[in-house]
Amino acid sequence: MFVRKLRNYIRGLAIPALLLWASSAFAEYGLNLTQGVTPISREVYDLHMIILYVVTAIGLAVFAVMFWSIFHHRKSKGAVAAQFHHSTSVELAWTIIPVIILVVMAIPATKTLIKMEDTTDAEMTIKVTGLQWKWKYDYLGEDISYFSSLDDRSNSIRKGESSEKAEDYDNYLLEVDNPVVLPINTKIRILTTAADVIHAWWVPALGWKRDAIPGFINDNWTYIEEPGIYRGQCAELCGRDHGFMPIVVNVVSKEDYQTWLTSMKNKPAELDPVKLYKTHCAACHQENGQGLPPVFPALAASPIATGPAEGHIDIVLNGKPGTAMLAFGAQLSNEELAAIITYERNAWGNDTGDSVSAEDVQAAR
Amino acid sequence: MSEAAVGHEDHHDDHDHKPTGIGRWLFSTNHKDIGTMYLIFSLIMFFVGGAMAMIIRAELFQPGLQYVDPQFFNSMTTVHALVMIFGAVMPAGVGLANWMIPMMIGAPDMALPRMNNMSFWILPFAFTLLLSTLFMEGGAPAGGWTMYPPLVTQTGNAFPYLIFAVHFLGISSIMGAINIIATVFNMRAPGMTFMKLPLFVWTWIITAFLLIASLPVLAGAVTMLLTDKFFGTSFFIAAGGGDPVMFQHIFWFFGHPEVYILILPAFGIVSQILPTFSRKPLFGYESMVYATASIAFLSFFVWAHHMFTVGMPLTGELFFMYATMSIAVPTGVKIFNWVATMWRGSMTFETPMLFSIAFVVLFSIGGFTGLMMAITPVDFQYHDTYFIVAHFHYVLVTGAVFALFAAVYFWLPKWTGHMYDEGLGKLHFWLSTISVNVLFFPQHFLGLAGMPRRIPDYNVQFAEWNMISSIGGFVFGVSQLILVLVVIKCIRGGEKATDEVWEGAQGLEWTLPSPPPFHTFTVPPQVTDATAHS
Repeated sequence: MFVRKLRNYIRGLAIPALLLWASSAFAEYGLNLTQGVTPISREVYDLHMIILYVVTAIGLAVFAVMFWSIFHHRKSKGAVAAQFHHSTSVELAWTIIPVIILVVMAIPATKTLIKMEDTTDAEMTIKVTGLQWKWKYDYLGEDISYFSSLDDRSNSIRKGESSEKAEDYDNYLLEVDNPVVLPINTKIRILTTAADVIHAWWVPALGWKRDAIPGFINDNWTYIEEPGIYRGQCAELCGRDHGFMPIVVNVVSKEDYQTWLTSMKNKPAELDPVKLYKTHCAACHQENGQGLPPVFPALAASPIATGPAEGHIDIVLNGKPGTAMLAFGAQLSNEELAAIITYERNAWGNDTGDSVSAEDVQAAR
Repeated sequence: MSEAAVGHEDHHDDHDHKPTGIGRWLFSTNHKDIGTMYLIFSLIMFFVGGAMAMIIRAELFQPGLQYVDPQFFNSMTTVHALVMIFGAVMPAGVGLANWMIPMMIGAPDMALPRMNNMSFWILPFAFTLLLSTLFMEGGAPAGGWTMYPPLVTQTGNAFPYLIFAVHFLGISSIMGAINIIATVFNMRAPGMTFMKLPLFVWTWIITAFLLIASLPVLAGAVTMLLTDKFFGTSFFIAAGGGDPVMFQHIFWFFGHPEVYILILPAFGIVSQILPTFSRKPLFGYESMVYATASIAFLSFFVWAHHMFTVGMPLTGELFFMYATMSIAVPTGVKIFNWVATMWRGSMTFETPMLFSIAFVVLFSIGGFTGLMMAITPVDFQYHDTYFIVAHFHYVLVTGAVFALFAAVYFWLPKWTGHMYDEGLGKLHFWLSTISVNVLFFPQHFLGLAGMPRRIPDYNVQFAEWNMISSIGGFVFGVSQLILVLVVIKCIRGGEKATDEVWEGAQGLEWTLPSPPPFHTFTVPPQVTDATAHS
């Protein structure tokens, strides 16, 4: 154990030193922005490299002059201070030249930005909804809608419930249970919004991120040219588990995408209450129902989960304003809600014996 | 001689007449004592905020969750930022202004000494409110220092404490700003025209106007948060017809000028120090003043570059991209002027000069990454990643904080009457400069490789650079103890400082004894071209 830790430490120190020698390895260790897999992401990468070269050149020039001066114009070398303190021509030059450089930079940047904001002529649309702390994907017009949250393997490692360590798992915190599936060579409109707080949907390989904001629907698009699995993360602080709601995009051929669509449509609705509870409730109230007081109250032996069922249905349907408790009525079906509420009223010693039906939930809507 | 002694007593300008005991500090109306209190307070807060940074870097040392709960981690990033901005950098700037501005313009004290006392003494209470939340049910605020709704309204009992702490800090800063403007406008010595003011004074007047213009906006924004949470309003609640993005617009309308509030006094400090140790007048004094004023003016038109990813209309994004890029011009002018000041000087490299040179180089690096982020389409990639974290720590730590270090070493002999330990000063400089780059430079790589900011745990692909960054962080943190040692040693004794202290020093403060008596310039000096700005 200790030896492995030590080895990791040494690796942490030695590898960057080695990298300085093997510049080809730089890309592998992710020192630079990804080029991505869309025409836009490549343009963004090019802009990034141009501006990086421009500022590097300016920096090297300015610092070269400065360090030459530091080396030569020092008192210990007998330098006598000049007394000039003004030069209109020089000052004009170093005002006008930067302006020209900036204008030259602004032109390609403007062109790319205009392209990025043009979401017309999309061939399909998906809606991405951020929730604490998972994503929901709706395929508009296809009647497909599902949640995507951190995979069990990462989850048990981060909770310390697994014998594995973060180092043992290549996709630690970058894997989900249900990835979003998209076809290649298709202009896809991606709408982002949120149900609770602000999130941001970011897959670096697509070349952009966009905030998912409650009450707003943001418009974006992508056109992915290479099949593959692309990973990203929520990029806007959204509470306790902000670091634990990754995004995985599985990009497949158009044919495979059609097959996937059909299989999703024929899939029977999941009504496993334990799984539903885990997906929608356990992030705050925990799998053992103990919550994380005082922010996230326990459900085990709670007055709401053991009191009248009407109150329980109401808070799940409508949420509790001013807290992290969401209104789940908008996200889940009557059947799913009934399954979850019934489970909560009978698990962890709550033993109310109640069975809440989909009709009860519908009546409360 | 006897006549002089009588005159002495009549004018009560003998330094033996200063009040004694705790009352000297509690009821102080003396700009030097209040300046000292500000600086000591700031140093304490620097270590409080620094301790939080150490917790952050310890958790990020390796992938996996080792030490803290994610919620507490978020509290650390949130409170670290609030403490460093409002507790360390801003009070340090006001402390320097208190000490130096009256001595630089030939005034006996600040124009509004009782308000000066109040603006300082609000700070300990405000930070007691803020830091007490660490021990509360539900923990300290964890929604980020930017306090974006709706997340911030999920804060527990700490919420009202956060809002009132911000209110108090705003009131304190506004009073400090009013005082500085009143002092500079009314109490300049005869002959001290505006275009003869030392650049430190100029940058502080401009900063003071920024404070007065921007802090009430913040106060309004947080008050709306308070009424949203407790009084049923829906300014920022989408479900009630409000607009969560509006908060970000209002916040950053304050927040961007705030960035310049932190950095402009640093520009002033460096503009005092580089000419002194180059033994050469500042290059382009007028253009420095105009560049500073332009930067301050433009700072009110660029706020939305902090929120390019919220989904603005294309025209809005273009406007804020062009406006942000334009700030590079006056900032570039300042950098070029500093280099031209050093050019063909006769330089020596005492600690204040070393920190100032490091400031010019490292602040420029922060400026360059800032220019990269101005390019909106690329900012869609950079936004909310460690690239941003690296950027703003380059401008705020190696920028603002390094300039504050330079200022402390520069004026410490004047304040205490003793030279500081140059060996320890240089040790502090080299350790800080090397470790701060080990700390923050790899964060550029992390951000470009795809690591979002404000996460307590990460994938193994980010492991190496995080570990290196943490090692740099620990060394940087420990190195700051040297500064404390230098300051304590210097207060307790050391080689006697001359009035001029530094060979190339120019300006009224260097005509006073070291340390200056409790009251100075009770008779205003006559300022001529020869004694004017450095």
